[in-house]
Amino acid sequence: MDVVQLFVYGIVLGSILTLGAIGVSLIYGILRFAHFAQGDVAAFGAYIALSVVVASGLPALAALPVAMLAAAGLAILIDQTVYRRLRGASPVILLISSFGMALVIRSLIQLVWGPHNQTFASGIQIPYRVGGLVLKPDHLLIVAAAVALVVGLHLFLTRTRMGKAMRAMSDNMDLALVSGVPAERVVMVTWALAGALGAAAGVFLGMDTRLHPQMGWSVLLPVFAAAILGGIGKPYGAIAGGLVIGVAMEMSTMVIDPAYKPAVAFAIMVLVLVVRPQGIFAGKVL
Amino acid sequence: MDFLGLESYLVAMLTTVGIYAVLSLGLNVQFGLTGQINIGIAGFYAVGAYTAAILTTSESVHHLGGFGLPFVIGLAGAVLMSALIALPIGLVTIRLRSDYLAIATIGIAEIIRLVFKNEDWLSNGVRGIPGIERPLAGWLGTNAHVTLAVVLVVLAVVWWLCERARVSPWGRVLRAIRENEQGVTAAGKDVVRFRVQAFVVGAAIMGLGGALYAHVVGFISPEAFMPLHATFLVWVMLIAGGAGNNTGAIVGALIIWLVWSGTELVTGRLPPEFATQASSVRVLMIGVLLQVILIARPQGLLPERAPRAVGAARGRGK
Repeated sequence: MDVVQLFVYGIVLGSILTLGAIGVSLIYGILRFAHFAQGDVAAFGAYIALSVVVASGLPALAALPVAMLAAAGLAILIDQTVYRRLRGASPVILLISSFGMALVIRSLIQLVWGPHNQTFASGIQIPYRVGGLVLKPDHLLIVAAAVALVVGLHLFLTRTRMGKAMRAMSDNMDLALVSGVPAERVVMVTWALAGALGAAAGVFLGMDTRLHPQMGWSVLLPVFAAAILGGIGKPYGAIAGGLVIGVAMEMSTMVIDPAYKPAVAFAIMVLVLVVRPQGIFAGKVL
Repeated sequence: MDFLGLESYLVAMLTTVGIYAVLSLGLNVQFGLTGQINIGIAGFYAVGAYTAAILTTSESVHHLGGFGLPFVIGLAGAVLMSALIALPIGLVTIRLRSDYLAIATIGIAEIIRLVFKNEDWLSNGVRGIPGIERPLAGWLGTNAHVTLAVVLVVLAVVWWLCERARVSPWGRVLRAIRENEQGVTAAGKDVVRFRVQAFVVGAAIMGLGGALYAHVVGFISPEAFMPLHATFLVWVMLIAGGAGNNTGAIVGALIIWLVWSGTELVTGRLPPEFATQASSVRVLMIGVLLQVILIARPQGLLPERAPRAVGAARGRGK
């Protein structure tokens, strides 16, 4: 297939991975553990959107705010009921707990929405043709919405008190705490943001491909690869990381079997870990 | 259920528990002793199973081999192969903190699954490998009791080796690394080497578990290695039994397998429209159980006991 065409697909996938990776990075920055349920929170958001779409007949993008709110609520709920009780324990315990939580969420999704593949809209979209390029309307929507969300996050992190408090806690936890940053509130907002951005990633992934209970788990590896490549704990690095991983995964199909796309993300991640474990943007080395 | 039915059910159940106990012991070397997080248990388990299957089945045009080698060679091959795959992963990630290793193991398990699913020449793809003989079938026959005995003997040997390792200087260094890495470095130990060793040994034990599984079940396909079921159950088993305690790893395997089987009683009562969802209900219950254990009793049923300090008199305890 055309190189430029694959590049475009890569940007679409990269936008989706970016949103997931920002969530992972935010959580790591504040709570210092790799949240393995992030993909399944994203899948939960996608399925909420599906319910809204089915009930209202609106397009998936219109259901996005509901999905983001619901996933933010889910993330806060998980934190308050489980992770909060484990905060004193080692990050290893939190990591295992989040792995278990990932399965709990996935089982719930399967129970409520069923185990089969589903799509937001049936039928074929009529693509735009620009030169030799084939652009699906959904692809444009995904990239535009992802850009809008990232800009919104940027404004939040730089212009609001809460955003500044989050960055302060991520940079230097002790200093932020003695400066009077309301730790528990920051933690809650972090979960809400990570959940909401994850839900956006899930909805976009569902628009791009299909919904499936395993969808969250299958993007988890590329999402973490993107977060690590960008420098974990650095939300801005996640943007670069997401785009690089997304483009690399799509372009790789020119030379290898598309079934091995996840292996490409893995290979890049291993390379980064060997060469520059702090990532492009000098994030934290776990 | 009549007596014979009950007996054969018990034999099959204990055989399965034995295999899970082997996996749980493997994870205990990695997590319990050394504090490493391996979310890719299913990957090493699958490598062991496929290696044993390819080495021991009779020649087939559908997959690599089979080489028709004896059971014991199959086990050895499975151990070796899992260790060989774990080695580079260990070397790359082990200098970094456990989170990276955890993510990397997700990746390696996923790739292993994709390889067995897509490379028909190697593994016959989704159609799987049939006709794997019961352990030592040529010598002792295909009796289920013999199979159980073989699994239990292997389990006993693995337990004994793990227990020896735990109280040995090697195990002491691993625990010391888990507790205080800088201290161990300062004491002049090559931390990276010990950690790689622990990871590889643990993965090799998981490969052994996979080989046993292949021989017990007789047929393997990528479906059987749903990454999460194997990996997740083994984690719950080790945490419930007591991470760091080899006996706890076995007790945890037994109890959690009983609970897992027990959840079937619950799902059996579900209305028919949920019947297809039974496995997700079961995973849901075990997932909630894991959270409860982590919050209420993170040390597990049999907490880790420090071995007697060097030089302490016998019988005076810790």
